[in-house]
Amino acid sequence: MAESETLSQAPTFTDFETHPTRYRHWSLQVDGEVARLSLSVQQEEGLSDSYLLKQNSYDLGVDIELADAIQRIRFEHPAVRVLVLTSAVARIFCAGANIYMLGKSTHAFKVNFCKFTNETRLGLEDLSAHSGVRTIAALNGTAAGGGYELALACDEIYLVEDGNSAVSFPEVPLLAVLPGTGGLTRLVDKRKVRRDRADIFCTIAEGIKGKRAKDWNLVDDIWSKSTFPAKVEARIAAVLGASEKNPSTGGVALTPLSPKLSESAIEYRFVTLRLDHDHRSAELVVQAPPLSEPVDGAGMRALGASLWALQAFRELDDALLHLRLDYPGINVVALRTTGDAASVLRVDQALLKHAGDRFVKEVTAHMARVLRRLDLTAKSLFALVEPGSAFAGSLYELALASDRIYMLADQKGASRITLSGMNGGALPSSNGQTRLAVRFHGEPKRPAELLQAARPEGFAAEAAEEAGLVTMALDDLDYEDETRIAIEERASLSPDALTGMEASLRFPGAESMATKIFGRLSAWQNWIFQRPNAVGPTGALTNYGQPTRPVFDYRRT
Amino acid sequence: MSLDDRIPNNVDLSSDRRLQKALEQWQPKFQEWWMDMGPEGFQAKDVYLRTATSVERDGWATFDYVKMPDYRWGIFLTPEEPGRPVGFGDMIDQPSFEEVPGEFRNSLRRLIVTQGDTEPASVEQQRLLGQTCPSLYDLRNLFQVNVEEGRHLWAMVYLLHRYFGRDGREEGDELLARRSGNADKPRILEAFNQPINDWLSFFCFTMLVDRDGKYQLAALAESGFSPLRRTTQFMLTEEAHHLFVGETGLGRVIRRSAQLRRESDGQEAKVGGIPLETIQRYITHWYSYALDLFGSEISSNAADFFSSGLKGRYHEASKYSEHSAKDQFQEIPIIENGRVTMKQVPLRNAMNEVLREEYIRDTERAVRNWNKIIKEENVNFEILLPHRRFHRHQGEYAGHGFTFDGSPLPDAASYQAELAKTLPTARDREIVQSVMTPVTKPGQMAHWIAPPTKGINDQALDFEYVRLN
Ligand SMILES: [Fe+2]
Ligand SMILES: [Fe+2]
Repeated sequence: MAESETLSQAPTFTDFETHPTRYRHWSLQVDGEVARLSLSVQQEEGLSDSYLLKQNSYDLGVDIELADAIQRIRFEHPAVRVLVLTSAVARIFCAGANIYMLGKSTHAFKVNFCKFTNETRLGLEDLSAHSGVRTIAALNGTAAGGGYELALACDEIYLVEDGNSAVSFPEVPLLAVLPGTGGLTRLVDKRKVRRDRADIFCTIAEGIKGKRAKDWNLVDDIWSKSTFPAKVEARIAAVLGASEKNPSTGGVALTPLSPKLSESAIEYRFVTLRLDHDHRSAELVVQAPPLSEPVDGAGMRALGASLWALQAFRELDDALLHLRLDYPGINVVALRTTGDAASVLRVDQALLKHAGDRFVKEVTAHMARVLRRLDLTAKSLFALVEPGSAFAGSLYELALASDRIYMLADQKGASRITLSGMNGGALPSSNGQTRLAVRFHGEPKRPAELLQAARPEGFAAEAAEEAGLVTMALDDLDYEDETRIAIEERASLSPDALTGMEASLRFPGAESMATKIFGRLSAWQNWIFQRPNAVGPTGALTNYGQPTRPVFDYRRT
Repeated sequence: MSLDDRIPNNVDLSSDRRLQKALEQWQPKFQEWWMDMGPEGFQAKDVYLRTATSVERDGWATFDYVKMPDYRWGIFLTPEEPGRPVGFGDMIDQPSFEEVPGEFRNSLRRLIVTQGDTEPASVEQQRLLGQTCPSLYDLRNLFQVNVEEGRHLWAMVYLLHRYFGRDGREEGDELLARRSGNADKPRILEAFNQPINDWLSFFCFTMLVDRDGKYQLAALAESGFSPLRRTTQFMLTEEAHHLFVGETGLGRVIRRSAQLRRESDGQEAKVGGIPLETIQRYITHWYSYALDLFGSEISSNAADFFSSGLKGRYHEASKYSEHSAKDQFQEIPIIENGRVTMKQVPLRNAMNEVLREEYIRDTERAVRNWNKIIKEENVNFEILLPHRRFHRHQGEYAGHGFTFDGSPLPDAASYQAELAKTLPTARDREIVQSVMTPVTKPGQMAHWIAPPTKGINDQALDFEYVRLN
């Protein structure tokens, strides 16, 4: 498979925004406390017409709809307590990511496609863990590859027993790649399938059905075709009966972000992404909330999607996705903030104070997910702390997520770093730890001490450096040159080596299922995806659907 | 009775302990399935059946009266020249596989299970037909087909038990657990879940669906997996009779309908016959489902099966000189934006279509013969086969509406209208049902069907093929 490098070409702009009324592949039905998502992929409506999305297989466009639906259930339908994922196509639940789409994609796209779908699956789990929505995969047909991985991201999996429908991971035996969306990890970590059984399961292309699927805990139960719909309904009723109602608060509509696009910038209300293609770098600027930002529960709710904490982070999220998918040529991102640090602290305080409010809770959980998306973005991230910037509390997390933090030690001491309660646990990174804890991995007591000592006026440059809150503080004579050179130097290094290096250094300490998925599985998958045994002229992926059979190089690494 | 007597075989069953054990466990389940799902109401009757007791010329068709549950279902592999190599695909000229190669284990099992599933399925579909037989001759043929489908199941289960270990034994049990037309445990292929409630359907089925079976078996009879190749070769000898029952059965119905049409001035239904139009619609229905059985026009599985040397083309060894099928292409019409466009498909990926074409040619030959019969009876009517794109549920054309002649239709409404005209109507089924009354006196035929030209095994037509008393 020839990989056409699109590095210098004009980017194709991916639209990550959608709405249930515009879904082509999923349909979202919300009926009181029950939401149903059913998949019926329109095979001719893939993002590109170079492949057909047969057998309910998906591409990025299909997954963007799923991510959107999950997001809307959180914000627009807070009464929902059960989400059922099922298929509207006979005999097939979902055949996973479309093989031909993957075959025709650049490596960079595949990596980012995998990352996005992984984040969507984790979002589904987050929905269950933090939003009180029990998720049920009602497999009314075969779930293969990514289709089964999607099911694995649900709390419960039920499979129709019709003598045909199976769950399967055909990647290894059929395509010589790995299930790339967390499947291997979830199989043994989450469902606790015994490792030798998992080993067998992952090498049988046609998968496992019926009683054995249940015996091995690949699914929670198997139901005959004629009783399947009724059993699903009964299970929904049982879940509703066993859990508490969500406090009845109205939903908040997620309005379109509609950024202003140009060759060199994407401009949102609070976020601006400026692109310097020649220097392979970009500047991501986040503006602090306005002084008028409401901090009472009712006022916050009244603002809905325009609440700073929601809108700014939705914009940041969208900007990150564009950076990843549409600007592979951008290597280094300078993170800046502007505005009033005090205003951020006020907002942070309000978010903590009203943490029990469903809407506020969702807003905070969303901020946390966006920051995790930032952690996992394969660009070099340099935070630049200067006078007029607002690296306080939740916005300081942007700096904590960065690979380096440069601070301008101006003579007036106007550059400040300020901590807030939001740095203390509301915005965990992928391994469940705060970014402060990750930063001070060698000094476990430091985060608590720093938070205790935190003052609203924050740390000026010298103190910040002293406290280890920045990488280095530079005076105005050095700052501009140093940061410019640092960015230029960074942009000159191998992007592959940097990606691997950053991914290794960003997550010291404990592992979680998410870090395993991204750090281990995704990395292996992406390596295997490049190997001749998959994509070389005689590789399995290259030869899939072709008249020729793969020929492997059998030497193990 | 010794094991070899109970299960006639040429696979050295008596010295294969593992196989014995597996079959001993499976046999009672098979017997139970046969009593449950086999021909209803005739299990205690003596039927003039042929039994295969060896693969020799004088052994494979031994005729005698047998009660069906006592039929000796055996296991036979056609002997062949030792050292025959793989005949096609990437492993051409290498020694045939005598055991299952690990890398093809799943593919082979799937091929065998899919074929095996059709055998008991048709017995289930046909289990009530005995009660409306048009003659003892036909009744006997039905039962002959049924017991041989049972034997074909044995043949496939032998392969599963002998070569696929525990998985194979489980699949063998599953073959008995699925049920034709059952919503919860249906048979794998759709044509084998359609009901066969009348003898016109039975003849269509043996003519059109068993004929798919013939081509599938013929393709497997080229296999590089020697036990599969030899098993299916022997099955083909029996299958020929099933096709004969279907083709001549339909021919006899057509002849009778033509006669009645002439005699009644086109009112054959009024004089107890089946209108030729009705027969046409039945053929259309079964033919379109039979075409589905060949699978997708463009298929990576088909390419895999061919390149692995597991499933060849029809008469691969004798008909073709080039057996790699590499770097060759086949034009396949596909549907793009509602229009039929030609697509160059690598030949290996088009193997399903290649086999389907053989089938279509063969079926067209039979149709020409039937039309000759109609002409002989001086009736102006022609049986036609619908276009291969018409009324398909599998492959490139599924989900698109086409006319009987294969032209694309613009919308669902016009397609529904086309189906209403071309597929059996409620009235057709009513007419067919109304003539399905049993005729069980030796030598007599139901009014709606012409007699066969000769009896079975040189017996007279009024021979008592089934002893009902
Ligand atoms: Fe058969
Ligand atoms: Fe047959």
